[in-house]
Amino acid sequence: MSDLKRTPLYDLHLALNAKMVAFAGYQMPIQYPTGIIKEHLHCRSLAGFFDISHMGQCLVSGGNIAAQLDKLVPSDIVNLSTGEQRYTVLTNTEGGIIDDLIIGRLGDGFMLVFNAACEDKVITYLQSNLLGHLQLLSEQALFALQGPSAKEVMAELSAQACDLAFMQVLQTDINGIQCTISRSGYTGEDGFEISVAKQYGPLIAELILSFAQVKPVGLGARDTLRLEAGLSLYGHELNDNISPVEAGLSWLVDKNKCGYPGAEIIQQQLQQGAARKRIGLLVEGKTPVRDQYQIYNGADVLVGTITSGSFSPCLDQPIALALIDAQCSDKTLYAQVRNKKIALQVTKLPFVAHQYYRG
Amino acid sequence: MSELPKQLKYATTHEWVKPESDLVVKVGITDFAQEELGDLVYIELPEVGRKLAEKEQCAVVESVKTASDLFSPVAGEVIAINEALADSPELVNEDAFGTWLFSLKIDNAADLDTLLDADAYAESIA
Repeated sequence: MSDLKRTPLYDLHLALNAKMVAFAGYQMPIQYPTGIIKEHLHCRSLAGFFDISHMGQCLVSGGNIAAQLDKLVPSDIVNLSTGEQRYTVLTNTEGGIIDDLIIGRLGDGFMLVFNAACEDKVITYLQSNLLGHLQLLSEQALFALQGPSAKEVMAELSAQACDLAFMQVLQTDINGIQCTISRSGYTGEDGFEISVAKQYGPLIAELILSFAQVKPVGLGARDTLRLEAGLSLYGHELNDNISPVEAGLSWLVDKNKCGYPGAEIIQQQLQQGAARKRIGLLVEGKTPVRDQYQIYNGADVLVGTITSGSFSPCLDQPIALALIDAQCSDKTLYAQVRNKKIALQVTKLPFVAHQYYRG
Repeated sequence: MSELPKQLKYATTHEWVKPESDLVVKVGITDFAQEELGDLVYIELPEVGRKLAEKEQCAVVESVKTASDLFSPVAGEVIAINEALADSPELVNEDAFGTWLFSLKIDNAADLDTLLDADAYAESIA
Protein backbone atom coordinates (compact mmCIF):
# COMPACT_ATOMS: atom_id res chain seq x y z
CA MET A 1 0.00 0.00 0.00
CA SER A 2 3.11 2.22 0.12
CA ASP A 3 2.66 3.69 -3.37
CA LEU A 4 -0.92 4.69 -2.59
CA LYS A 5 -1.83 8.27 -1.82
CA ARG A 6 -3.18 9.32 1.56
CA THR A 7 -5.94 11.79 2.27
CA PRO A 8 -5.34 14.46 4.94
CA LEU A 9 -7.40 12.29 7.32
CA TYR A 10 -5.19 9.20 7.01
CA ASP A 11 -3.95 9.41 10.61
CA LEU A 12 -7.48 10.08 11.86
CA HIS A 13 -8.79 6.97 10.04
CA LEU A 14 -6.08 4.87 11.68
CA ALA A 15 -6.87 6.39 15.08
CA LEU A 16 -10.53 5.46 14.50
CA ASN A 17 -9.40 1.88 13.72
CA ALA A 18 -10.68 2.01 10.15
CA LYS A 19 -10.10 -0.93 7.85
CA MET A 20 -8.10 0.65 5.03
CA VAL A 21 -8.27 -0.50 1.41
CA ALA A 22 -6.83 0.63 -1.91
CA PHE A 23 -9.37 2.67 -3.88
CA ALA A 24 -8.61 4.75 -7.00
CA GLY A 25 -4.97 5.13 -6.01
CA TYR A 26 -5.71 6.11 -2.40
CA GLN A 27 -5.73 4.34 0.92
CA MET A 28 -9.33 4.78 2.00
CA PRO A 29 -11.43 3.60 4.96
CA ILE A 30 -13.81 0.87 3.76
CA GLN A 31 -15.36 0.70 7.23
CA TYR A 32 -14.76 1.49 10.87
CA PRO A 33 -15.10 -1.14 13.65
CA THR A 34 -18.86 -0.45 13.80
CA GLY A 35 -19.28 -2.18 10.43
CA ILE A 36 -21.01 -1.28 7.18
CA ILE A 37 -24.59 -2.07 8.21
CA LYS A 38 -24.53 -0.02 11.44
CA GLU A 39 -22.68 2.85 9.72
CA HIS A 40 -25.32 2.84 6.99
CA LEU A 41 -28.25 2.86 9.44
CA HIS A 42 -26.59 5.56 11.53
CA CYS A 43 -26.34 7.82 8.47
CA ARG A 44 -30.04 7.24 7.68
CA SER A 45 -31.16 7.92 11.27
CA LEU A 46 -28.73 10.64 12.48
CA ALA A 47 -25.65 11.71 10.50
CA GLY A 48 -22.59 10.22 8.87
CA PHE A 49 -19.23 11.86 8.17
CA PHE A 50 -17.40 10.72 5.03
CA ASP A 51 -13.86 11.50 3.90
CA ILE A 52 -14.17 11.81 0.13
CA SER A 53 -10.91 13.69 -0.38
CA HIS A 54 -9.94 11.17 -3.06
CA MET A 55 -12.48 12.76 -5.40
CA GLY A 56 -11.26 15.12 -8.09
CA GLN A 57 -11.90 18.83 -7.63
CA CYS A 58 -11.00 21.66 -9.98
CA LEU A 59 -11.83 25.28 -10.76
CA VAL A 60 -12.28 26.49 -14.30
CA SER A 61 -12.46 30.15 -15.22
CA GLY A 62 -11.55 32.75 -17.81
CA GLY A 63 -12.83 33.63 -21.28
CA ASN A 64 -16.43 32.66 -21.88
CA ILE A 65 -16.02 29.65 -19.62
CA ALA A 66 -19.77 29.09 -19.12
CA ALA A 67 -20.33 28.73 -22.87
CA GLN A 68 -17.32 26.44 -23.21
CA LEU A 69 -18.39 24.12 -20.39
CA ASP A 70 -21.92 24.19 -21.76
CA LYS A 71 -20.63 22.61 -25.00
CA LEU A 72 -19.37 19.53 -23.13
CA VAL A 73 -22.49 18.42 -21.25
CA PRO A 74 -26.16 17.72 -22.05
CA SER A 75 -27.38 20.01 -19.22
CA ASP A 76 -27.84 23.76 -19.32
CA ILE A 77 -24.76 25.39 -17.77
CA VAL A 78 -25.00 28.88 -19.29
CA ASN A 79 -28.10 29.68 -17.26
CA LEU A 80 -26.75 28.25 -14.01
CA SER A 81 -26.79 31.09 -11.45
CA THR A 82 -23.98 31.88 -9.07
CA GLY A 83 -24.36 29.63 -6.04
CA GLU A 84 -26.16 26.90 -7.93
CA GLN A 85 -24.77 23.53 -8.88
CA ARG A 86 -25.86 20.81 -11.24
CA TYR A 87 -25.26 17.08 -11.48
CA THR A 88 -24.41 16.22 -15.07
CA VAL A 89 -22.19 14.09 -17.32
CA LEU A 90 -19.36 14.67 -19.77
CA THR A 91 -20.39 12.85 -22.93
CA ASN A 92 -18.26 11.39 -25.71
CA THR A 93 -19.08 11.59 -29.44
CA GLU A 94 -20.93 8.24 -29.27
CA GLY A 95 -23.20 9.55 -26.51
CA GLY A 96 -21.39 7.52 -23.83
CA ILE A 97 -20.35 8.96 -20.48
CA ILE A 98 -16.75 10.08 -19.83
CA ASP A 99 -17.63 10.82 -16.21
CA ASP A 100 -20.48 12.06 -14.06
CA LEU A 101 -19.76 15.21 -12.12
CA ILE A 102 -21.07 18.19 -10.17
CA ILE A 103 -20.65 21.63 -11.73
CA GLY A 104 -21.19 24.57 -9.38
CA ARG A 105 -21.03 28.26 -10.29
CA LEU A 106 -18.84 30.33 -7.98
CA GLY A 107 -18.19 33.95 -8.90
CA ASP A 108 -16.49 34.14 -12.29
CA GLY A 109 -15.81 30.43 -12.59
CA PHE A 110 -17.08 26.98 -11.91
CA MET A 111 -16.08 24.32 -9.43
CA LEU A 112 -16.16 20.76 -10.72
CA VAL A 113 -16.21 17.62 -8.55
CA PHE A 114 -15.67 14.33 -10.32
CA ASN A 115 -14.76 10.69 -9.69
CA ALA A 116 -11.32 9.84 -8.33
CA ALA A 117 -10.93 6.94 -10.76
CA CYS A 118 -11.62 9.27 -13.71
CA GLU A 119 -9.37 12.14 -12.61
CA ASP A 120 -6.61 11.72 -15.18
CA LYS A 121 -8.94 11.34 -18.15
CA VAL A 122 -11.23 14.15 -17.03
CA ILE A 123 -8.37 16.59 -16.54
CA THR A 124 -6.81 15.68 -19.89
CA TYR A 125 -10.20 16.02 -21.57
CA LEU A 126 -10.98 19.39 -19.97
CA GLN A 127 -7.52 20.77 -20.75
CA SER A 128 -7.91 19.95 -24.42
CA ASN A 129 -11.52 21.19 -24.63
CA LEU A 130 -11.56 24.34 -22.51
CA LEU A 131 -9.64 27.46 -23.47
CA GLY A 132 -9.92 29.02 -20.01
CA HIS A 133 -7.84 28.46 -16.93
CA LEU A 134 -8.03 25.08 -15.16
CA GLN A 135 -6.81 24.80 -11.59
CA LEU A 136 -6.71 21.31 -10.11
CA LEU A 137 -7.60 21.58 -6.41
CA SER A 138 -5.26 18.83 -5.28
CA GLU A 139 -4.58 20.74 -2.06
CA GLN A 140 -8.24 20.62 -1.04
CA ALA A 141 -9.82 17.96 1.16
CA LEU A 142 -13.46 17.04 0.59
CA PHE A 143 -15.87 15.76 3.22
CA ALA A 144 -19.55 14.84 3.21
CA LEU A 145 -21.90 15.22 6.15
CA GLN A 146 -25.08 13.30 5.40
CA GLY A 147 -28.26 12.36 7.22
CA PRO A 148 -31.30 13.90 8.92
CA SER A 149 -29.15 15.48 11.66
CA ALA A 150 -26.67 17.05 9.22
CA LYS A 151 -28.55 20.37 9.29
CA GLU A 152 -28.46 20.58 13.10
CA VAL A 153 -24.71 20.10 13.01
CA MET A 154 -24.25 22.58 10.17
CA ALA A 155 -26.35 25.13 12.06
CA GLU A 156 -23.59 25.15 14.70
CA LEU A 157 -20.78 25.39 12.12
CA SER A 158 -22.14 27.86 9.59
CA ALA A 159 -25.64 29.36 9.76
CA GLN A 160 -25.15 30.60 6.19
CA ALA A 161 -24.46 27.12 4.85
CA CYS A 162 -27.44 25.81 6.78
CA ASP A 163 -29.70 28.11 4.74
CA LEU A 164 -28.65 26.50 1.46
CA ALA A 165 -31.19 24.39 -0.43
CA PHE A 166 -30.34 21.18 -2.27
CA MET A 167 -27.76 21.82 -5.02
CA GLN A 168 -26.78 25.28 -3.81
CA VAL A 169 -23.19 26.13 -2.95
CA LEU A 170 -21.33 28.97 -1.25
CA GLN A 171 -17.92 30.03 -0.04
CA THR A 172 -17.93 30.72 3.65
CA ASP A 173 -15.94 29.87 6.74
CA ILE A 174 -16.14 27.50 9.69
CA ASN A 175 -14.41 29.00 12.75
CA GLY A 176 -12.53 31.34 10.44
CA ILE A 177 -11.37 28.57 8.09
CA GLN A 178 -12.31 29.18 4.45
CA CYS A 179 -14.60 26.42 3.10
CA THR A 180 -16.71 25.80 0.02
CA ILE A 181 -19.93 24.19 1.24
CA SER A 182 -22.73 22.77 -0.86
CA ARG A 183 -26.03 21.18 0.08
CA SER A 184 -25.50 17.95 -1.76
CA GLY A 185 -24.20 14.43 -1.41
CA TYR A 186 -24.63 10.97 -2.80
CA THR A 187 -26.57 9.07 -0.14
CA GLY A 188 -30.13 10.23 -0.83
CA GLU A 189 -30.11 12.06 2.51
CA ASP A 190 -30.15 15.77 3.22
CA GLY A 191 -26.60 16.89 3.80
CA PHE A 192 -23.55 18.89 2.84
CA GLU A 193 -20.23 18.56 1.10
CA ILE A 194 -17.37 20.62 2.49
CA SER A 195 -14.23 21.46 0.56
CA VAL A 196 -11.39 22.81 2.70
CA ALA A 197 -7.64 23.30 2.39
CA LYS A 198 -5.83 20.07 3.29
CA GLN A 199 -3.97 21.50 6.25
CA TYR A 200 -7.29 22.32 7.94
CA GLY A 201 -8.87 18.99 7.01
CA PRO A 202 -8.20 17.18 10.29
CA LEU A 203 -9.38 20.19 12.30
CA ILE A 204 -12.70 20.43 10.46
CA ALA A 205 -13.15 16.64 10.51
CA GLU A 206 -12.60 16.42 14.26
CA LEU A 207 -14.91 19.36 14.83
CA ILE A 208 -17.72 17.65 12.87
CA LEU A 209 -17.04 14.29 14.54
CA SER A 210 -17.24 15.95 17.96
CA PHE A 211 -21.03 16.20 17.57
CA ALA A 212 -22.79 13.29 19.27
CA GLN A 213 -25.08 12.74 16.25
CA VAL A 214 -22.16 12.17 13.86
CA LYS A 215 -20.31 8.90 13.28
CA PRO A 216 -17.63 8.24 10.66
CA VAL A 217 -18.84 6.21 7.67
CA GLY A 218 -16.55 4.36 5.27
CA LEU A 219 -16.70 3.69 1.54
CA GLY A 220 -18.54 0.40 2.15
CA ALA A 221 -21.63 2.12 3.52
CA ARG A 222 -21.22 5.00 1.07
CA ASP A 223 -21.82 2.40 -1.64
CA THR A 224 -24.87 0.78 0.02
CA LEU A 225 -26.34 4.23 0.73
CA ARG A 226 -26.02 5.38 -2.88
CA LEU A 227 -27.40 2.05 -4.10
CA GLU A 228 -30.51 2.33 -1.88
CA ALA A 229 -30.91 5.88 -3.19
CA GLY A 230 -30.85 4.47 -6.74
CA LEU A 231 -27.83 6.61 -7.64
CA SER A 232 -25.49 5.48 -10.40
CA LEU A 233 -21.81 4.78 -9.89
CA TYR A 234 -19.25 5.32 -12.61
CA GLY A 235 -17.75 2.01 -13.73
CA HIS A 236 -21.04 0.25 -12.88
CA GLU A 237 -24.19 1.96 -14.19
CA LEU A 238 -22.17 4.54 -16.12
CA ASN A 239 -19.28 4.15 -18.54
CA ASP A 240 -17.97 5.20 -21.96
CA ASN A 241 -20.46 2.88 -23.68
CA ILE A 242 -23.62 3.74 -21.73
CA SER A 243 -25.60 6.86 -22.64
CA PRO A 244 -27.35 9.06 -20.07
CA VAL A 245 -30.70 7.92 -21.52
CA GLU A 246 -29.82 4.25 -20.98
CA ALA A 247 -28.49 5.05 -17.50
CA GLY A 248 -31.82 6.55 -16.40
CA LEU A 249 -30.38 10.08 -16.47
CA SER A 250 -32.68 11.53 -19.16
CA TRP A 251 -33.82 14.04 -16.52
CA LEU A 252 -30.46 15.81 -16.72
CA VAL A 253 -30.55 16.09 -20.52
CA ASP A 254 -31.79 19.46 -21.77
CA LYS A 255 -34.31 18.41 -24.45
CA ASN A 256 -33.66 21.55 -26.53
CA LYS A 257 -29.89 21.40 -26.44
CA CYS A 258 -27.61 20.36 -29.27
CA GLY A 259 -23.92 20.76 -30.06
CA TYR A 260 -22.43 18.80 -27.16
CA PRO A 261 -20.58 15.54 -27.94
CA GLY A 262 -23.00 12.75 -28.87
CA ALA A 263 -25.99 15.15 -28.84
CA GLU A 264 -27.58 13.70 -31.97
CA ILE A 265 -27.43 10.15 -30.64
CA ILE A 266 -28.77 11.19 -27.25
CA GLN A 267 -31.59 13.26 -28.80
CA GLN A 268 -32.52 10.32 -31.00
CA GLN A 269 -32.60 8.00 -27.96
CA LEU A 270 -34.81 10.48 -26.11
CA GLN A 271 -37.31 10.49 -28.96
CA GLN A 272 -37.18 6.88 -30.15
CA GLY A 273 -35.90 5.07 -27.08
CA ALA A 274 -32.51 3.55 -26.33
CA ALA A 275 -31.51 -0.10 -26.69
CA ARG A 276 -31.07 -0.64 -22.97
CA LYS A 277 -32.53 0.72 -19.76
CA ARG A 278 -31.46 0.88 -16.15
CA ILE A 279 -33.78 -0.80 -13.65
CA GLY A 280 -33.99 -1.48 -9.91
CA LEU A 281 -34.38 -5.02 -8.60
CA LEU A 282 -35.54 -6.44 -5.28
CA VAL A 283 -34.08 -9.89 -4.76
CA GLU A 284 -36.40 -12.65 -3.53
CA GLY A 285 -34.77 -14.38 -0.60
CA LYS A 286 -31.42 -13.65 0.98
CA THR A 287 -28.91 -14.48 -1.78
CA PRO A 288 -27.08 -11.33 -2.90
CA VAL A 289 -26.71 -10.77 -6.62
CA ARG A 290 -23.51 -9.04 -7.67
CA ASP A 291 -22.12 -6.83 -10.40
CA GLN A 292 -21.80 -8.69 -13.75
CA TYR A 293 -24.22 -11.52 -12.89
CA GLN A 294 -26.38 -12.26 -15.91
CA ILE A 295 -30.15 -11.71 -15.94
CA TYR A 296 -32.73 -13.89 -17.72
CA ASN A 297 -36.46 -13.55 -18.35
CA GLY A 298 -39.02 -16.26 -17.55
CA ALA A 299 -38.32 -17.93 -20.91
CA ASP A 300 -34.63 -18.22 -19.95
CA VAL A 301 -33.52 -15.64 -22.52
CA LEU A 302 -30.57 -13.45 -21.50
CA VAL A 303 -31.90 -9.88 -21.14
CA GLY A 304 -29.17 -8.02 -19.28
CA THR A 305 -26.58 -7.75 -16.54
CA ILE A 306 -26.46 -6.64 -12.92
CA THR A 307 -24.43 -3.42 -12.66
CA SER A 308 -24.44 -3.07 -8.84
CA GLY A 309 -25.69 -5.57 -6.32
CA SER A 310 -25.47 -5.50 -2.56
CA PHE A 311 -27.48 -5.72 0.62
CA SER A 312 -29.91 -3.01 1.66
CA PRO A 313 -29.60 -2.44 5.42
CA CYS A 314 -32.85 -0.40 5.45
CA LEU A 315 -34.92 -2.97 3.55
CA ASP A 316 -33.01 -5.87 5.14
CA GLN A 317 -32.73 -7.69 1.83
CA PRO A 318 -30.47 -7.79 -1.23
CA ILE A 319 -31.10 -5.15 -3.93
CA ALA A 320 -29.52 -4.42 -7.30
CA LEU A 321 -29.35 -2.11 -10.26
CA ALA A 322 -29.18 -3.62 -13.73
CA LEU A 323 -28.94 -2.69 -17.37
CA ILE A 324 -31.41 -4.69 -19.48
CA ASP A 325 -32.93 -4.69 -22.97
CA ALA A 326 -35.31 -1.74 -23.21
CA GLN A 327 -37.94 -4.03 -24.79
CA CYS A 328 -38.09 -6.25 -21.73
CA SER A 329 -41.16 -5.33 -19.67
CA ASP A 330 -41.27 -8.45 -17.45
CA LYS A 331 -41.85 -7.74 -13.78
CA THR A 332 -40.05 -10.88 -12.66
CA LEU A 333 -36.54 -11.67 -13.85
CA TYR A 334 -33.91 -14.19 -12.79
CA ALA A 335 -30.22 -13.87 -11.97
CA GLN A 336 -27.85 -16.76 -12.45
CA VAL A 337 -26.11 -17.18 -9.08
CA ARG A 338 -23.70 -20.12 -9.10
CA ASN A 339 -25.93 -23.12 -10.02
CA LYS A 340 -29.24 -21.46 -9.12
CA LYS A 341 -31.67 -19.00 -10.67
CA ILE A 342 -32.63 -16.32 -8.16
CA ALA A 343 -35.94 -14.48 -8.72
CA LEU A 344 -35.83 -10.67 -8.94
CA GLN A 345 -38.75 -8.23 -8.86
CA VAL A 346 -38.42 -5.09 -10.96
CA THR A 347 -39.13 -2.13 -8.71
CA LYS A 348 -39.39 1.68 -8.78
CA LEU A 349 -36.28 3.68 -7.94
CA PRO A 350 -35.10 4.86 -5.51
CA PHE A 351 -35.36 1.89 -3.15
CA VAL A 352 -35.34 4.33 -0.21
CA ALA A 353 -36.93 7.79 -0.64
CA HIS A 354 -34.66 10.82 -1.08
CA GLN A 355 -34.72 13.37 1.74
CA TYR A 356 -33.23 16.36 -0.08
CA TYR A 357 -33.95 19.79 1.43
CA ARG A 358 -35.40 21.89 -1.34
CA GLY A 359 -35.96 25.04 0.69
CA MET B 1 -8.88 -10.24 17.69
CA SER B 2 -10.20 -12.73 20.21
CA GLU B 3 -8.11 -15.58 21.60
CA LEU B 4 -7.90 -18.68 19.41
CA PRO B 5 -9.55 -21.58 21.25
CA LYS B 6 -6.93 -24.28 21.91
CA GLN B 7 -9.37 -27.18 21.56
CA LEU B 8 -10.08 -26.33 17.91
CA LYS B 9 -8.13 -27.34 14.80
CA TYR B 10 -7.63 -24.85 11.96
CA ALA B 11 -7.26 -24.85 8.18
CA THR B 12 -5.05 -22.31 6.40
CA THR B 13 -8.21 -21.26 4.52
CA HIS B 14 -9.64 -19.93 7.84
CA GLU B 15 -12.10 -22.68 8.79
CA TRP B 16 -12.08 -24.13 12.30
CA VAL B 17 -12.85 -27.76 13.15
CA LYS B 18 -14.21 -28.89 16.50
CA PRO B 19 -14.03 -32.65 17.25
CA GLU B 20 -17.38 -33.59 18.83
CA SER B 21 -17.39 -37.35 19.15
CA ASP B 22 -15.97 -40.29 17.29
CA LEU B 23 -15.48 -39.08 13.67
CA VAL B 24 -18.02 -36.26 14.05
CA VAL B 25 -16.78 -32.66 13.80
CA LYS B 26 -18.33 -29.23 13.58
CA VAL B 27 -16.95 -26.68 11.13
CA GLY B 28 -17.05 -22.89 11.30
CA ILE B 29 -15.01 -19.88 10.17
CA THR B 30 -12.43 -18.15 12.31
CA ASP B 31 -12.79 -14.76 13.94
CA PHE B 32 -10.04 -13.54 11.64
CA ALA B 33 -12.15 -14.58 8.63
CA GLN B 34 -15.34 -12.90 9.86
CA GLU B 35 -13.35 -9.77 10.69
CA GLU B 36 -11.89 -9.68 7.18
CA LEU B 37 -15.28 -10.27 5.55
CA GLY B 38 -17.25 -7.74 7.59
CA ASP B 39 -21.03 -7.91 8.11
CA LEU B 40 -22.32 -11.23 6.79
CA VAL B 41 -25.67 -11.16 4.99
CA TYR B 42 -25.97 -14.67 3.52
CA ILE B 43 -24.40 -18.08 4.02
CA GLU B 44 -24.96 -20.85 1.48
CA LEU B 45 -24.39 -24.21 3.19
CA PRO B 46 -23.86 -27.67 1.64
CA GLU B 47 -26.75 -30.12 1.51
CA VAL B 48 -27.00 -32.75 4.21
CA GLY B 49 -25.75 -36.04 2.80
CA ARG B 50 -23.21 -34.44 0.46
CA LYS B 51 -19.81 -36.13 0.48
CA LEU B 52 -16.92 -33.69 0.52
CA ALA B 53 -13.30 -34.23 -0.40
CA GLU B 54 -10.60 -32.42 1.55
CA LYS B 55 -10.30 -28.79 0.36
CA GLU B 56 -13.47 -29.12 -1.75
CA GLN B 57 -15.41 -25.87 -2.18
CA CYS B 58 -18.57 -26.53 -0.14
CA ALA B 59 -20.14 -23.25 1.03
CA VAL B 60 -20.29 -19.55 0.22
CA VAL B 61 -20.11 -16.82 2.82
CA GLU B 62 -21.40 -13.45 1.60
CA SER B 63 -20.74 -10.13 3.28
CA VAL B 64 -22.20 -6.79 2.23
CA LYS B 65 -19.23 -6.31 -0.08
CA THR B 66 -18.26 -9.72 -1.38
CA ALA B 67 -18.83 -13.47 -1.74
CA SER B 68 -16.17 -15.87 -0.45
CA ASP B 69 -15.85 -19.60 -0.96
CA LEU B 70 -15.47 -21.95 1.96
CA PHE B 71 -13.57 -25.22 1.72
CA SER B 72 -14.02 -28.46 3.57
CA PRO B 73 -11.08 -28.74 5.98
CA VAL B 74 -11.26 -32.56 5.93
CA ALA B 75 -12.95 -35.26 3.84
CA GLY B 76 -16.33 -36.49 5.07
CA GLU B 77 -20.12 -36.46 4.74
CA VAL B 78 -22.29 -33.49 5.74
CA ILE B 79 -24.61 -34.76 8.49
CA ALA B 80 -26.14 -31.48 9.69
CA ILE B 81 -26.18 -27.77 8.92
CA ASN B 82 -26.81 -24.86 11.28
CA GLU B 83 -30.35 -23.86 10.24
CA ALA B 84 -30.26 -20.70 12.36
CA LEU B 85 -27.87 -19.12 9.87
CA ALA B 86 -30.52 -18.94 7.13
CA ASP B 87 -32.18 -16.05 8.97
CA SER B 88 -29.28 -14.84 11.08
CA PRO B 89 -25.92 -14.99 9.30
CA GLU B 90 -24.74 -12.19 11.63
CA LEU B 91 -24.39 -14.83 14.40
CA VAL B 92 -21.01 -15.61 12.81
CA ASN B 93 -19.94 -11.97 13.19
CA GLU B 94 -21.10 -11.95 16.79
CA ASP B 95 -19.38 -15.19 17.81
CA ALA B 96 -17.34 -16.87 15.09
CA PHE B 97 -15.92 -19.63 17.29
CA GLY B 98 -19.27 -20.33 18.94
CA THR B 99 -21.27 -20.52 15.70
CA TRP B 100 -20.89 -23.71 13.68
CA LEU B 101 -21.83 -23.83 9.98
CA PHE B 102 -22.07 -27.55 9.27
CA SER B 103 -21.26 -30.87 10.85
CA LEU B 104 -19.23 -33.59 9.14
CA LYS B 105 -18.78 -37.31 9.69
CA ILE B 106 -15.18 -37.52 8.65
CA ASP B 107 -13.66 -40.37 6.65
CA ASN B 108 -10.45 -40.74 8.65
CA ALA B 109 -9.79 -39.53 12.16
CA ALA B 110 -6.14 -39.23 11.24
CA ASP B 111 -7.01 -36.43 8.77
CA LEU B 112 -7.49 -34.11 11.75
CA ASP B 113 -3.77 -34.32 12.39
CA THR B 114 -3.09 -32.59 9.08
CA LEU B 115 -4.80 -29.42 10.40
CA LEU B 116 -3.10 -26.59 12.27
CA ASP B 117 -3.29 -26.13 16.01
CA ALA B 118 -4.11 -22.72 17.49
CA ASP B 119 -0.48 -21.61 17.67
CA ALA B 120 0.32 -22.60 14.09
CA TYR B 121 -2.84 -20.90 12.81
CA ALA B 122 -2.04 -17.77 14.81
CA GLU B 123 1.33 -17.70 13.11
CA SER B 124 -0.25 -18.14 9.66
CA ILE B 125 -2.38 -14.99 10.10
CA ALA B 126 0.23 -12.92 11.90
